[in-house]
Amino acid sequence: MSRIRLQSATRRAGFVLAALVALSTGPLGASAQAQPPSGIVRPDTEPAKPTLELGSELFAANCSSCHGIAGKGITKARPGAGDVSGLGPSLRGVGAQAADFYLRTGLMPLDNPHHEPSNDRVLFSDKEIRSLVLYVASLGKGPGIPAPTPQRGNMSDGAQLFTSDCAGCHQEDARGGYVTGARVPPLQGYTNTEIAEAVRIGPYLMPRFTASQISNAQLDSIIKYVQSQNHPYNRGGWGIGNIGPIPEGLVTWLIAAPLLLISCLVVGRRLRR
Amino acid sequence: MNGPRRAAEFTVLALLALATLCAMGFIFVYAFFSPGGMPNALLGISLGLCLIFIASALLVVGKRLVPNDELEDDYPTEHPEKQAEVVEQLRTAGSLITRKRMLLGAGSIAGCALGAAALTPVLSLGPFWDTAALDRTPWKRGVRLVDETGHPLAAADILRETFYTAFPEGADPEDIGSPIVVLHLNAADLRMPPDRSGWTPRGIVAYSKICTHAGCAVALFRKPTFPTVEPQEALVCPCHYSTFDPFTGGTVTFGPAGRPLPQLPLQIDGAGHLRAAGNFSARVGPSWWNVREEPT
Repeated sequence: MSRIRLQSATRRAGFVLAALVALSTGPLGASAQAQPPSGIVRPDTEPAKPTLELGSELFAANCSSCHGIAGKGITKARPGAGDVSGLGPSLRGVGAQAADFYLRTGLMPLDNPHHEPSNDRVLFSDKEIRSLVLYVASLGKGPGIPAPTPQRGNMSDGAQLFTSDCAGCHQEDARGGYVTGARVPPLQGYTNTEIAEAVRIGPYLMPRFTASQISNAQLDSIIKYVQSQNHPYNRGGWGIGNIGPIPEGLVTWLIAAPLLLISCLVVGRRLRR
Repeated sequence: MNGPRRAAEFTVLALLALATLCAMGFIFVYAFFSPGGMPNALLGISLGLCLIFIASALLVVGKRLVPNDELEDDYPTEHPEKQAEVVEQLRTAGSLITRKRMLLGAGSIAGCALGAAALTPVLSLGPFWDTAALDRTPWKRGVRLVDETGHPLAAADILRETFYTAFPEGADPEDIGSPIVVLHLNAADLRMPPDRSGWTPRGIVAYSKICTHAGCAVALFRKPTFPTVEPQEALVCPCHYSTFDPFTGGTVTFGPAGRPLPQLPLQIDGAGHLRAAGNFSARVGPSWWNVREEPT
């Protein structure tokens, strides 16, 4: 299915749902004209500041085909946006924490509920994300957005905790990897808040870690370690992206060693002349 | 001509005797010291010297005792009589070794000593027939589960969608039979073998954390956020991606592991703490070739 078709179809389905919501909750006024080609359906005029109302409009238009009307969730596949059937978990009680994480990292919105969420381009503006977070938080009592303080963390504690709790999947250098059935994302380029949210939520196939397993203070240390891995100290010179000892060895033996050998031969030939 | 050859023979004999002594020294050191306090340097030096002496003996033989005169003319390819002459020449030169038997005997003794030294460590390979140690773990009925800081695990604290590592109370956490992974699953979804009924109170299950393939820590717990469309819960080993199904008694669903993850039966005591209800369902630890089934 082409991207364009999916997007226009998403938009069409979004309008229907928006209209449904408008009918059931009164005139919210999500009109449907001159939409940008981003796949996101927006009201014509957005308020200057994030509002719950804007959040509910955006949710109805862009999220409800999978998460259901008012975030009740859709547990049995049913016709959704485009040719894709809608299917998704309930968002009641997930709180601002989960909404903020999934929207800011671009994991949501997802073009197909059967796909693995990936860190795509973030499609909503900051104001829209805040509005959606307000709306999702209003659906049920849930955890708020965490405020980690990694400057209070301890790097060596962080390295130790990361090794025991995270490195199994994300690798010691936080470059990500695989688990059977899914990719494990590298952790470079995430904000402190996003890392804290991911640990508490456990997005996609990741287990969640409660405060009894990893305290907030320990989480600070972990974040400090993860952020330090954005620019690890490469003792050996060229780091080749810190992708691990086996590719590093391959580069050494297949590229560096032949280059050295060739230069030795060249120098030797010159000396002989 | 006879004098230098005799001296060379004596040198060879002496070198072979030294090599034999060194090889015996290796065996002596290996037998005398306990495995914990083994002086590896002494072992290496004795074996190394033994090899050096044998090599020197061979060098002396090659340089002094084997005829190395060069033929003045080309090898007489078309004259059988002349060929026979050359062969006779060689034989007389070879027969100049006056103590051939003695040299051969010394050589075989040195060779045997070296072979014995090389085979000595085989004696340290565990018991051949008694395999009871493989079944021994720190877990038995009534042992409490503790976390890595030694605090007992309460059943109420074991939450869904996450995993815990636990150890037997008071035992060595580095024992290969110690670490277990504890999960809280939906009790209605469990499909345990019939002989394991009652092993999973409130849907809490425990498996050995040592992968049955190569002995890595099974450190990955795959947990779907929305199970309808995502891969199901599984324990995954990060080394070679062996994947185990925690709902069906740890059966292998993917990867190189040849047998299920050993399961630990659990019970909850009066204080709400988790305790083992027995030993593992199978032997803990990595498997070796041909191990594809549960031992009976």
